[in-house]
Amino acid sequence: MRAATFALRHELIGLAGVVERNVYLTKRYIWWDVAWFIWTVANTLTITFIAKGIEASGGIIDVNRATTSLLVGAVIWAYLGVVFEFLTETVAWERWEGTIEYTFMAPLSRAMHLGGSGVFAVLYGLIRAVLLFFVVAAFFDLSMPNADFFAALVVLVVASVSFFGIGMMMAVLPLISPEKGAQLGYVAQGLMLVCSGVYYPVDVLPGWMQAIATVSPATYALEGIRGAILDGQSLGAVWPDIWPLLIIGAACIPLGLWVFHRGELYAKRHGKLKRSG
Amino acid sequence: MSQTAELMTNEAVPAAVDGVPAVEVVELHKDFWRRNKDRGRLGRRGRRRVAAIRGVSFAMARGETVAILGQNGSGKSTLVRLLSTLLLPDGGEARIFGYDVSSQARPVRRMVNRVSVEASFFKKMSAAENLAYAARFYGMMPGETKRAIPEILGRVGFPADRRHESMENLSRGMQQKVALARALLTSPVLLLLDEPTTGLDPRSKLEVQDFIRQLQSSHDSTILLCTHDLAEAEALADRVGILDRGRLLALEPADDLKRRYGASTLEEAFFAATGRAFEEEGDEDDDRDVYA
Repeated sequence: MRAATFALRHELIGLAGVVERNVYLTKRYIWWDVAWFIWTVANTLTITFIAKGIEASGGIIDVNRATTSLLVGAVIWAYLGVVFEFLTETVAWERWEGTIEYTFMAPLSRAMHLGGSGVFAVLYGLIRAVLLFFVVAAFFDLSMPNADFFAALVVLVVASVSFFGIGMMMAVLPLISPEKGAQLGYVAQGLMLVCSGVYYPVDVLPGWMQAIATVSPATYALEGIRGAILDGQSLGAVWPDIWPLLIIGAACIPLGLWVFHRGELYAKRHGKLKRSG
Repeated sequence: MSQTAELMTNEAVPAAVDGVPAVEVVELHKDFWRRNKDRGRLGRRGRRRVAAIRGVSFAMARGETVAILGQNGSGKSTLVRLLSTLLLPDGGEARIFGYDVSSQARPVRRMVNRVSVEASFFKKMSAAENLAYAARFYGMMPGETKRAIPEILGRVGFPADRRHESMENLSRGMQQKVALARALLTSPVLLLLDEPTTGLDPRSKLEVQDFIRQLQSSHDSTILLCTHDLAEAEALADRVGILDRGRLLALEPADDLKRRYGASTLEEAFFAATGRAFEEEGDEDDDRDVYA
């Protein structure tokens, strides 16, 4: 019992160490993060202006509702980008700095090592997503009188478990391909969102893409958050979106760890940990 | 016992059983795949296996310092990576205090630490932050590292008042001292030193070598030192091994090695054992260099 408690304490200290390191690095690069946030705001505006553009070109549309719906899609896109980026950087950044061998030879389970990156990514991503949402909403002076922001936040947090699991699968790519692996995270992000109704209802997609949408956590995240913000759905009302997220999350975490473990074995067999850059 | 050593309780470090060799390597083998330089008929470059470590066997007693001499590409760093669980062997076995490096990696990791030729750190973070990050993986809490980091930095001759400076502002010699501190912070019972003085100026080199001597006299560490520096090997090690193209040709006290090859210096002994001068490298070595 004492040994198990000691081992758990050790693991949690290691997890906290990864969070602590990411806090240090974020502080060191804070102005780069501000610049990156400005880019994200600009990118989000290019998407949310589409609703006004449709109206200006004669389309009949509820601009407030359409802009809010597009904004939710853009915020989820940006959030997913941050989570995947931090997780793939778990390997890519350490490889670039040359510290990866020291981290991989430390007596810490990979679950806690990746978990530390995941916890920080989710916290950082949530703060950024909330800021992005309200900055752009203020820009358009969007009216959301019925919005249940608490329910929306809960959906996003629950969805983050699945995003974390998929992010772990992405994190293994820089181990396999040091040069191009990290970029493949963006491919996964795009493929997942295109099938999940990021800026449109899933119903408009071809049948095979709709089939993929049923197992994509982003589908339920987008539906739940839109329901909470646009229609004021409470936590109980978005439950049909939450329970699939719980099931997908429960599958994604062990699958993500297994995929990463396989990738780590491959890297250790072929000497891929050593190469920098 | 130093304060740092006290921090790592017996609970943290797996028991190193008395009478069991600190390191036991039996017929260890590691291959890598390399692309051919020439293209085949269809314009594609084939691949071939290159043996980085070939049937290496040796044992080290607890508290012993062994130096492994070898040219670039001889397999020194591959051997260190195999012992530190960063590579999986293709054959044979390696045990650290009785624990297998492949199947019992966790206790091995708790007992081993390493200093390599590149002092790798997060460059934007300070020495103290980098050390704290490394220490967390070994279960050290902030309160513990706050006490231990200045102490360990002092022991390696790093000015304590510079511990909050970014690593990128420190000289190569200073960075290597922080690398030594990182390895010692976790009180390893097996220390793997992979060319720790390569590229250092003469003064920093002497300081690092002096510190290794201090470790030998005051710390219960077994040290495997891979080096290019013949004088360093002779001065620091109880036994000296010659690793050539992945094969361990000899492992004896330096004087026995010289006697066996009828040589007056280690350099001559190296030449007699390998058939080539220490600094001489052929095409094959160039080819093997990526696995060094």
